[in-house]
Amino acid sequence: MTKSVFKLALLACATLSVAACAGKKPEVVTPPPAVAEQPTPAPAYTPPPAADTTPLPPTGPVPGSQQDFVVNVGDRVFFDLDQSSLREDAKALLDKQAAWLVRYPAVKIRIEGNADERGTREYNFALGARRAETVSQYLTAKGVVPARISTISYGKENPIATGDDEQAWSQNRNAHTAITEGAQ
Amino acid sequence: MKPLKIAAVALGTWLAIAAAPLAAFAQAPIRAEVNEGVIAPLPIGIDIESSGSDLGDKITKVVMSDLERSGFFKPIDPNAFIEQSVGIDATPTFASWKTINAQALANGVARVDAEGRLQVDFRLWDIFSEKQLLGQSVTATPENWRRIAHKIADAIYEKLTGEEGYFDTRIVFVAESGGKGKRVKRLAIMDQDGANPSYLTDGSYKVMTPRFSADSQEVAYMVLREDSARIYVFNIETGRQEAVGQIKGMVFAPRFSPDGTKLAYSVAQGGNTDIYVMDLRTRATRRVTTDPGIDTSPSFSPDGSTIVFNSDRGGSPQIYAMNADGTGVRRISFGGGVYSTPVFSPKGDKIAFTKQSGGRFSIGVMDAGGGNEKLLTSSFLEEGPTWAPNGRYIMFFREPPGSLPSLWMVEASGRIERPVPYAGGASDPAWSPRLK
Repeated sequence: MTKSVFKLALLACATLSVAACAGKKPEVVTPPPAVAEQPTPAPAYTPPPAADTTPLPPTGPVPGSQQDFVVNVGDRVFFDLDQSSLREDAKALLDKQAAWLVRYPAVKIRIEGNADERGTREYNFALGARRAETVSQYLTAKGVVPARISTISYGKENPIATGDDEQAWSQNRNAHTAITEGAQ
Repeated sequence: MKPLKIAAVALGTWLAIAAAPLAAFAQAPIRAEVNEGVIAPLPIGIDIESSGSDLGDKITKVVMSDLERSGFFKPIDPNAFIEQSVGIDATPTFASWKTINAQALANGVARVDAEGRLQVDFRLWDIFSEKQLLGQSVTATPENWRRIAHKIADAIYEKLTGEEGYFDTRIVFVAESGGKGKRVKRLAIMDQDGANPSYLTDGSYKVMTPRFSADSQEVAYMVLREDSARIYVFNIETGRQEAVGQIKGMVFAPRFSPDGTKLAYSVAQGGNTDIYVMDLRTRATRRVTTDPGIDTSPSFSPDGSTIVFNSDRGGSPQIYAMNADGTGVRRISFGGGVYSTPVFSPKGDKIAFTKQSGGRFSIGVMDAGGGNEKLLTSSFLEEGPTWAPNGRYIMFFREPPGSLPSLWMVEASGRIERPVPYAGGASDPAWSPRLK
């Protein structure tokens, strides 16, 4: 999510800089000096190997793939400070995760609970474990077989945002759904 | 250590004054001590000589540095000495030491004997009463010269403060490197003063929260991998490490019992974190908390009868105490804010903790039964207190915004705060007992 926004921003920048270039005063282009042509023997012709015609793959992620899950469903839900209860936006996303997982029953997942750095290390492992379990239970209630789900807490050890402010910390209070096997 | 001669000398007036705040600390609550105000570090001359080697100078520097970092001493620059060489069997020229305002002098000689052993004889003098306070001989292999220096510093500290020394100790910690999103965390060990760091794991997996056993020979720590959290015990002597038990769920927050026979830790299973105690000989485990809240960071009292721990059973993280069998749970933190990482002091009279309040983190101490809370430090992010074996200092780690964490130590009344000299990133310190 954050990544794609970032990409968009990059693209916007690229476009901007092209525009900026276009605005520059035109440079005088001198054609390269003419080069006397040396006659070279033509190489023997070899026909290209016969090619099979294959249809181009459809654009966008392959349905049932990890990319499909990340891009079209969303693999991370966020929590409020020191909370492990699910927010409404988290529930909506987990509903989509559950529907996707029901559609692709071979997929196994690991729910990784994360905490921000504004807590002590050991307590945050416990908090991350609680967040992972909350997500696991929600997905189970929505029809995902418990045997497909494992949980782990990374405490405050694996931040996705590295800033030192609430903006970063709110990103780091999350549960990440990682596909461990069975994706297309 | 074979004493040369230990003179029983009454302390001079200056020493009684210098030692007074220390003596008061042992008996009086912390709050009373704070009112006593600033510490005036004691000026002391240190001069260990050696002929034909620089060992004497090196030992002198380590002793000076140890004493200086304690906050209670002000070693005098040897260039200021008027009497450049006091023979080990001579009496110092006290007047010349008075001239440079020295209140004590430790002089000695280092030599390697016929069997290749390093021997340092030293004497400690009270300059004002003109009496010898201490005379000792310390022996070790030459490569252990730093330990000799620490033992000399310990002897001086003990004689002049009346408290147990803490310089001949080690720190086990987590060496950190790399950016915040991809930290490498290695198990590391070094001397108390940051010397001789060595790394016990290679950084291919994350290690956290190492803790010493009572004999300093073993370290229990947590290993976090992509799909597991486990506790391992590392034997420093043999280099062997093994996972503790086949425990279902995430296992973390290990802490040895003071007698070394048990290990307390947390297990998170089904989203609930509880405290367990394992008998290390029989491997029998016992669950000691059953509350649906988070119960973690257990720490035994020195007599093994009580466990303090962190729990949010009452709604927010606070410190609780219970009997070691899990009975008699009572909350002991009552100030505003959030409390965690309780650790019993070596004497069992205090508990050090981390407190979060007003967007900042502090290291503090309270009485073992709760009450008399005092915050010693405060910063953007700090946690993980561990006591020096004499109960006088607390080491912890601090992580300023945008920086790697580093180790700090604070005197138990909060008056002295020093960085621990280690060049890289460091967190989760644990202070060893005194080495044997």
